[in-house]
Amino acid sequence: MVLKGIRYGAAGLVLVAMAVFVILPFVGEFRLTERVFDEVVDASHHEALKSLMHDDFGRTFIGVHGLVNSVNEAVTSWNVAAKAESRWDEVIYADYAFTIAHAAAVGWVVDARWLLFFLVFGLPVIGGLLFIWLSYRDREGVAHHGVFHRALTSRGGVALILGVVLIAFYVVLYWFPAYTVNWVLLVDPISEAISGSQASQWFLYGSMYTLVILVMGVRMLLKYQFSPYHSLRTALLMFFQLCFAFIIPEVLAALNLPAQDLKNIWPLDYSFFFDYRLDAMLDAGTFGFFLLGWGLLLFMVVVPVMTYFYGKRWYCSWVCGCGGLAETAGDPFRQLSDKRLIAWQVERWMVHGVLVFAVLMTLAVLYTYWTGEASLVQVAGWSVSSYDLRSWYGFAIGAAFAGVVGTGFYPFMGNRVWCRFGCPLAAYLGLIQRFRSRFRITTNGGQCISCGNCSTYCEMGIDVRSYAQRGQNIVRSSCVGCGICATVCPRGVLKLENGADDGASRTETKPFVFGNNQIHVNW
Amino acid sequence: MHTVIIGNGIAGITCARHLRKNSDEFITVISGETDHFFSRTALMYIFMGHMRYEHTKPYEDWFWSKNRIALKRAWVSAVDTEKRVLQFNDSAQLAYDRLVIATGSRSRTVILDGVNLSGVHTLYSLQDVERLDESTKAVLSSAQGARKAVVVGGGLIGIELCEMFRSRGLEVSMLVREPSFWGNVLSLEEGRLVEVHIRSHGVEVLTETELVSIEGEAGHVSRVRLSSGAEIECSIVALAIGVEPNVNWLQNSGIELGRGVLVDRMFRTNAQDVYAIGDCAEFRDPPSGVAAINQVWYTGRMMGETLSQILIGKDVEYAPGPWFNSAKFFDLEYQTYGQVATVPKPDEQHFFWRDLEGRRSIKVVFDAQQSIFLGINVIGFRVRHELIAAYLEKEATSQEVLKRFER
Repeated sequence: MVLKGIRYGAAGLVLVAMAVFVILPFVGEFRLTERVFDEVVDASHHEALKSLMHDDFGRTFIGVHGLVNSVNEAVTSWNVAAKAESRWDEVIYADYAFTIAHAAAVGWVVDARWLLFFLVFGLPVIGGLLFIWLSYRDREGVAHHGVFHRALTSRGGVALILGVVLIAFYVVLYWFPAYTVNWVLLVDPISEAISGSQASQWFLYGSMYTLVILVMGVRMLLKYQFSPYHSLRTALLMFFQLCFAFIIPEVLAALNLPAQDLKNIWPLDYSFFFDYRLDAMLDAGTFGFFLLGWGLLLFMVVVPVMTYFYGKRWYCSWVCGCGGLAETAGDPFRQLSDKRLIAWQVERWMVHGVLVFAVLMTLAVLYTYWTGEASLVQVAGWSVSSYDLRSWYGFAIGAAFAGVVGTGFYPFMGNRVWCRFGCPLAAYLGLIQRFRSRFRITTNGGQCISCGNCSTYCEMGIDVRSYAQRGQNIVRSSCVGCGICATVCPRGVLKLENGADDGASRTETKPFVFGNNQIHVNW
Repeated sequence: MHTVIIGNGIAGITCARHLRKNSDEFITVISGETDHFFSRTALMYIFMGHMRYEHTKPYEDWFWSKNRIALKRAWVSAVDTEKRVLQFNDSAQLAYDRLVIATGSRSRTVILDGVNLSGVHTLYSLQDVERLDESTKAVLSSAQGARKAVVVGGGLIGIELCEMFRSRGLEVSMLVREPSFWGNVLSLEEGRLVEVHIRSHGVEVLTETELVSIEGEAGHVSRVRLSSGAEIECSIVALAIGVEPNVNWLQNSGIELGRGVLVDRMFRTNAQDVYAIGDCAEFRDPPSGVAAINQVWYTGRMMGETLSQILIGKDVEYAPGPWFNSAKFFDLEYQTYGQVATVPKPDEQHFFWRDLEGRRSIKVVFDAQQSIFLGINVIGFRVRHELIAAYLEKEATSQEVLKRFER
């Protein structure tokens, strides 16, 4: 009874943190001064903007919204005039709302940043870990009691609220970053300690992402403490996120080297061949050449070889950052993936479509890089350039699909929406897994009882049961090899294997399930 | 040709699917329980909230019309084998050319005081689970009455019920007639190992204890009286004392019944073109190594497979491979292959090993003279069905088998 009370209390801490987090963008004081303006705004834009914003110098805004409006109005009115007079080179594309707000922040949010940091980041870690420990400390087996009785994990009202908050967060992060400024202020000291520079919204996002993977990773470690496979792959995911995705790029940036996530692979890392990234690598001497070579080696050699031996799981559920979030924070939602045949049909067109889009976009970008010619198609006054392609890709796939849908839809469509329907690297890995890999999930003779636990808890929406009950191996391009199907199977039917395989039996269907000797009868 | 199958469980549906693969005839499957085939073995997971009913359906709803298998939701009240007509309880009728009876089992009950009180349950059908759910919710939301369930029967359904009630936070006592858990299948050592595990999940296991009577207040269960003389305050009693073929509805049909529908090895009943498979079938003369009545998922499936071949004219008899079965006791997985008696028969020897933590055990049965491998029980291991079946069929030695378990 006492433990139950502590557990609710722990959950309460997390809720308090979420409430503070949601309120923060609407509060705080921002004092716009000429000094702030001079510091932040590029010298070439001083003349353009200063007269437009001059009236607001010295003004203190309550909440960031007024300041953002002031900045955006000034920029917009300048741009409208410039465009009207065809002074194209004077149009301002820089987003000053975030940087000015960041520099203009004063008052209680800045003064109380350590307290707020504790409330927003400390409380959920303490409360979350306490809740997790009390919930899973002595698990010996599958912990899925009540999954479909709880609103949060079965698309109830709470799930709806969480989904809306997540989606709103991603929309703000990608398209209205100025509103993240109060959150960013809280992590400034950490960014300054690591890399010496102030935090951006991406540093904030990276910190939160890593923190969530670490805390929810502990949940996975405890929930599946009886399974060496889940313990190992969860530990790997936590390690790669913390070191490769978070710390190493920050250290590289501090050393004035290209800040690269060394485990991110093209085409998931879709900007790898963009001019500014190629230039950065080529300008960074030996280390830059290493980065370029490593990036090429990853998708040309490491991906096919590793996938041949282990299947795509070596990346998707042992290494990848998106996979890391899905396998930890997303685990409570895995049962929400759509298992219908129609979903599989949509998935195949969509994910391979994104792969084709990514390849074409990259080829176009490289064409422009080498030839200097940006325009690709020009028909009757309508033209498409490689810059158009890459900004469409960045908007539609990089931000909207991977971020807003990919994570925001966890509570509605499960934790692998992006990986399943949108990730071009998953599509590439999947093609190798389907046609040139040893990896498969075997089904143990005739022991399947068609219960449906495997299909229900498959985050990729694979109808695992449909294979198991026919005694057929599961060889599917989408399978990320998380191994949960094998864990939840109550009859020990499913096993992830990569031993040598004679090829023919990989996807063979037998006329009858094993166990019935009638199949030995000669007809 | 119109083949009508009564019962949409694993036996009837397997038969229908394989028949459709190999023939073009009309196929109708009738069920009074549900519109569609679902996995009965998954009922406990619905109750525990691991899945919803729709997750337990192995095929999407469009599958049946796409494969031209007509589904009819109705209870059959009578069969006229002369006119080849089924009578439904709403007075509709359906003509058949061939009839397959695959009506499964029903829970066995006992005649004793209080068995009709509200709060007394069995577990077989989807409706049973719905009733269990309502009853449990009522107990949990009521201020009165013990938050306790008594499970009668120390077997597979009994332990499922224990896990179900524990998952909702009820206290549970399990009454086991035998000296140890599942005593007619597991040895004393294996049963004890499982009992320790069950207890670790908060279940009180009372061995060599039977139910004497159920007492109620205002029509609802309030306590049970045990053979030991003890009484337990409880609000739910779940009877898990086995199942019996669901054939009472055939009493006056002229189809010959024993405990189940009597069939030969080709599943033919005494009536022309009427067959029976699955839990409800009883072999007049079972194939060697096969029991007269077989009531597990796998036998239902294999009978369905075999009958589908017979119905398309193949000359085959029921010939399952070596016996196999599996279960899960809370977190402990169990598999069995071959013939494994609880205690060694006169010409047998049993090798038993268990770990100190009580999470794993192996029991290997072999022939005392020639050391031929006859069967195996494993708890906490997953072993390969194909491998063990091959050992059994080629009469491997026990040494050969045990070598596989060496680290």
